[in-house]
Amino acid sequence: MLNQIRVLEGGAQTTVQDLGRFGWAHFGVSASGAADALALRAGNLLVGNAENAAALEMTLVGGAFEFEDDAVIALTGSDFGAWLPLWTPVAVKAGGAIRCGPTRSGARCYLCVRGGLAVPRTMGSASTHLATGVGGRALRRGDLLPIGDAVVRQPRRAAASPPFSRAEALRVTRGPQAEWFGEELYRGTWTVSEESNRMGIRLRGEPIPSPAVHMLTEGVALGAVQAPPDGQPIILFVEHQTTGGYPKPANVISADFWRLGQLRPRDQVAFESVTIEQALGALRAAEEWLYSL
Amino acid sequence: MTAVLAGARGILNLHPAFASVLVELDPRRHTHAEIEKLVRLSVEHAPEEELPASRLVEIPVRYGGEFGPDLDDVARYHDLTPRRIVELHASAEYEVSFVGFATCFPYLAGLRAELATPRLAAPRKHVAAGSVAIAGSQAGVYPLASPGGWRVIGRTPLRLFDPVGEPPPVLRMGDRVRFVPIEEGEC
Repeated sequence: MLNQIRVLEGGAQTTVQDLGRFGWAHFGVSASGAADALALRAGNLLVGNAENAAALEMTLVGGAFEFEDDAVIALTGSDFGAWLPLWTPVAVKAGGAIRCGPTRSGARCYLCVRGGLAVPRTMGSASTHLATGVGGRALRRGDLLPIGDAVVRQPRRAAASPPFSRAEALRVTRGPQAEWFGEELYRGTWTVSEESNRMGIRLRGEPIPSPAVHMLTEGVALGAVQAPPDGQPIILFVEHQTTGGYPKPANVISADFWRLGQLRPRDQVAFESVTIEQALGALRAAEEWLYSL
Repeated sequence: MTAVLAGARGILNLHPAFASVLVELDPRRHTHAEIEKLVRLSVEHAPEEELPASRLVEIPVRYGGEFGPDLDDVARYHDLTPRRIVELHASAEYEVSFVGFATCFPYLAGLRAELATPRLAAPRKHVAAGSVAIAGSQAGVYPLASPGGWRVIGRTPLRLFDPVGEPPPVLRMGDRVRFVPIEEGEC
């Protein structure tokens, strides 16, 4: 038997992801990578992998996967109704299968396997960038995924779920054009639109007045909150375009990127303004939790 | 300035545009103050830096018809014939201001003033890969199928981006571009 995973059901949108490809933005290729990188990193650490190892990212409705040989796996992120506990390394016997269904909490669930997925890398990363086709496509029934050798230590024994809630306000720092905007972004709540995807999270709510200023196209970053003329904000996500001409009142802090990955259509979100120092403090807390695993 | 910064650990991306360079940093490795210091240093040294040689790239284009659905509208807007629009577009030499958007989209400067045309009122949901387009005073080429609001006047069979390999540097910042019409009957 080969050491590989067979896809029995692809689910709504299951892709191979690691932490993304960096250094290609100036060719118009954004990093892609896990939408909830905190869950991916935690899952890899729990099964004893390097934290950047490639794993499966499921979206809203999970898939079913068969293991052709004995494996150690961990499911992290949201609860997609599989039989095994989340945030816990679990041994699976050869021929065993994991079946996931519709989400019972947030938008994404990760299946990390000890050794990682040994799929070809493009531009230094195994991540799938769906919008451009870089790194492949969403998985379908019958796809085979070889398991690799990204092992760095023994699997952990204990379960460890993160001490952070996905329901809190999105913390943001001031964006490059913040001075063109008032406090409208921070008033009330926004609804996540059905049109949201890995490129951008589109929000609906009371429109933000559009500043009457012409802007030159410039480079844009993950988490940037764009305010197009219709006043409905778009949060640039992992597959974002690399340049844009809409003004940006705010930028989601790195420590909250994972929350973006767990937002489902029709979820409500609010924004909370923080300082760079507070943002770095929040990031430190997340890193400390990861390294305690 | 990018040479000084490109080697720095913790800098994830450097993205130049018309009048800006986006520096994407890993806050786990560098503070904002450290990066600012590096940026200031690299700006000081920028004049000494040798730029990569500019290349002249010829892009073959089939103008009009199904390949350039907006050619006739652009001609009407300027009160010129479609043939004249093609002549004007293909007779200029462009410079790649920078590359970005989605996968190697070149922002080209050098569009003849007579061709300056506003964007479509509502963007198209689907612009074909290879579409040669203009918007305002700019020209560009869509490397992959995507939504877009530029006026499409032709299409090139040249692949500006290959998602399977490394991005081939068909066009880089500073390169020069000429559009060469493909005549009827040519394969």
